[in-house]
Amino acid sequence: MGRTDRGDTEMASSAATAMLDDGSVVNKVFYNEAIVRKFVIAAIVWSIIAFGLGTYLGSELAYPQLNIAPYFNFGRLRPAHPTAAVFGFGGNVLFATSFYIVQRTSRARLFGGRAWADFVFWAYQLQVANMCVSYLLGFSKSQEYAEGEWHLDLWLAVIWLSYMTIFIGTLTRRKEPHIYVANWFFIAYMSMILILHVGRNLCIPISPFRAKSYSLFPGVQDAMIQWWYGHNVVGFFLTAGFLGIMYYFIPKAAGRPVYSYRLSIVHFWSLVFLYVWVGAHHLHFTALPDWTQTLGMAFSIMLWMPSWGGMINGIMTLSGAWDKLRSDPGLRFSVTAVAFYGMSTFEGPLMAVRDVNALSHYTDWTVGHVHSGALGWVMLVSFGALYYLIPALWRKPGMYSTKLMEWHYWLAMTGITLYIFAMWVAGITQGLMWRAYDAHGFLQYSFVESVAAMHPYYVARALGGLFIITGALMMAYNSYRTITTPNESALWAGRRFAGALAAGE
Amino acid sequence: MALKIEKDALTGVESTGHSWDGIQELNNPLPTWWLFIWGVCILVALVQFVLYPSFPGLRTYWHGTTNYSSRVDAIKAVDEIQASHAQYVTKIAAMPITEIPKNKELYDYALLSGKVTFANNCQPCHGVAGSGRPGFPVLASDAWLWGGTLDALQQTITYGIRSGHPQARDSQMPRFGADGILTPAQINTVAEYVEFLEGKPRKGADLVAAKQLFMDNCSACHSPEGNGNRDVGAPRYHDRVFLYGPDYDSVVRQVTNPRMGVMPAWTYRLDTPTIKSVALYVHSLGGGE
Repeated sequence: MGRTDRGDTEMASSAATAMLDDGSVVNKVFYNEAIVRKFVIAAIVWSIIAFGLGTYLGSELAYPQLNIAPYFNFGRLRPAHPTAAVFGFGGNVLFATSFYIVQRTSRARLFGGRAWADFVFWAYQLQVANMCVSYLLGFSKSQEYAEGEWHLDLWLAVIWLSYMTIFIGTLTRRKEPHIYVANWFFIAYMSMILILHVGRNLCIPISPFRAKSYSLFPGVQDAMIQWWYGHNVVGFFLTAGFLGIMYYFIPKAAGRPVYSYRLSIVHFWSLVFLYVWVGAHHLHFTALPDWTQTLGMAFSIMLWMPSWGGMINGIMTLSGAWDKLRSDPGLRFSVTAVAFYGMSTFEGPLMAVRDVNALSHYTDWTVGHVHSGALGWVMLVSFGALYYLIPALWRKPGMYSTKLMEWHYWLAMTGITLYIFAMWVAGITQGLMWRAYDAHGFLQYSFVESVAAMHPYYVARALGGLFIITGALMMAYNSYRTITTPNESALWAGRRFAGALAAGE
Repeated sequence: MALKIEKDALTGVESTGHSWDGIQELNNPLPTWWLFIWGVCILVALVQFVLYPSFPGLRTYWHGTTNYSSRVDAIKAVDEIQASHAQYVTKIAAMPITEIPKNKELYDYALLSGKVTFANNCQPCHGVAGSGRPGFPVLASDAWLWGGTLDALQQTITYGIRSGHPQARDSQMPRFGADGILTPAQINTVAEYVEFLEGKPRKGADLVAAKQLFMDNCSACHSPEGNGNRDVGAPRYHDRVFLYGPDYDSVVRQVTNPRMGVMPAWTYRLDTPTIKSVALYVHSLGGGE
């Protein structure tokens, strides 16, 4: 990894000359970009782990012989996949982008110094790795997306508080009069994740020396806490956080102003207010009181347009720059992501309606919906940001190979399409098979028949995963070549280096 | 710091005057269609709040003008189905199982009920339509360990096999090898005799010695001719249906350290009319006696 190229501390921090609105040049700010580079590399590494685990798990469902006891059984491996994907890949992308964006849109160096940021980096990598390994070893609280045992929860809280302090400390040092919209979303995401993390993981350890605990909440209250947590991890980690990413990289890559400031304000506040109510829609037709279920459903319906506010602002920012979609595959990733965001934030409220949920609940439609958000929105918008960041951070004129980016784009699209369509068909088939009755009111199909009917769709899904990981490997290779190809290489001939770009913009 | 409001050259819309790292914002109004749809959504939500149970109070909650309850609905739906089944279920409960096939309407109902019950409870071990798996008997053939008459099937399903229920089918095959009753060489010889009884004698086998060993150790349960004994669930060798495998090695393994299947007592989970229905369904699969 061409350590010598970028070498010492001075090089690791970029110098940017800040221009005020009246054109005068003031105080030089040294941004901490070394930490952003670390998180970018970690994000790429975790993406491969997450997609690899996902593809293997999808294959286990299609071919159960692949379950290798005890460590690689579906039950142990499955929580490692969302952990590597959401916290490993998604988390590292959020750390990288939030640290990059907050410095530049505040014109302030990262608060707390290099060592503290480095602590957050290494502690967080250790945390995610610990979580994944502990699940394979059989430790689990059995709470979706919060499986880590209590000692890991405490450690994550320390890391998260450090992260928030660095981020908010940087904002308070800002030399801009206002806080940029991307940073509103980052603040919402990190403060809500803190509340969610603490709330969901309140538990009683059986001993200070044993990795085993019991939730503080009994029965249906625990279920409600679980989906308040689970849905808001989606709402704040995977939505608010990544909207922050969108609000920086789309206007940057398109070179156009954000479409509507007013829309930013209205959809930001309505989104964060409405999201926290909707978790109950995961518990339709359960022991949860009906009034709670109605609230979950109705608030989900009201959430539709606030979600679309972000989509409109993202897509409309491109007006006047649509031609760049042809020449910039990175921007194409981001914009396609916004389209998927619009699609899955319509699908979500639809599935939250009680009568639709009666069909979709417990089926693979839910799994497909999650992945249209996770792959279509989160993954694509992350790739868009990474393809922008890698040349910017390593001071290159662009990525090593645009052709590989194109390949990556179409492989990712094929993979996502295969995945989502397979799960739509699978889910609706399951839902219909489970509710089919004969003349006497007996069930038409046994459960195992519905499992057997899923085989072709599960094969298609696993194939989709294979496309996605192939694309990600191409990105990893492309990134490696971008970073290690020296500036003097003929590859860059005639292209403008990012060093000049940083001073000019 | 003064804001510098500019007109966007492309759209003619004014900016807000902010600039962050070169990013500006336009001052476009909220899209009308967006506001309209959002208004409709909020209206739909408000209607839901009025119609259905929604907000909680201190002692109770708002029940909604429809007084909707998912629990009451579910109980009602189950009650309706059960009421429509009552005419069949009471008759099946009262009638001896052997009489049911004589009443076509009742029999058809029982087969449907038995089929779905079998699929959701028995199929995981016995396979689709009783096709069986190694260790789990085929129910679609006429080779029965404990009997294939309707009464025998009803008894097996109700109390299970080695289930711990006092009325369960029960038996134990001695661990001839593991407990040192026979030497490994003797077990090999016995296995040769079992092969002979299966109808595929091994060349050069010493059947005289083998027969003696079989008579002394096995014939009490499996009968001298290898016809088995349903009182103890001992299989017939001539059936060519084998629970743990027909080959020499499987027989040696079974005699050395026998495996013995367990089936749950379904009386703990299914009511009598349902068990009778399952017995009738299994009986109809092809091997019923």
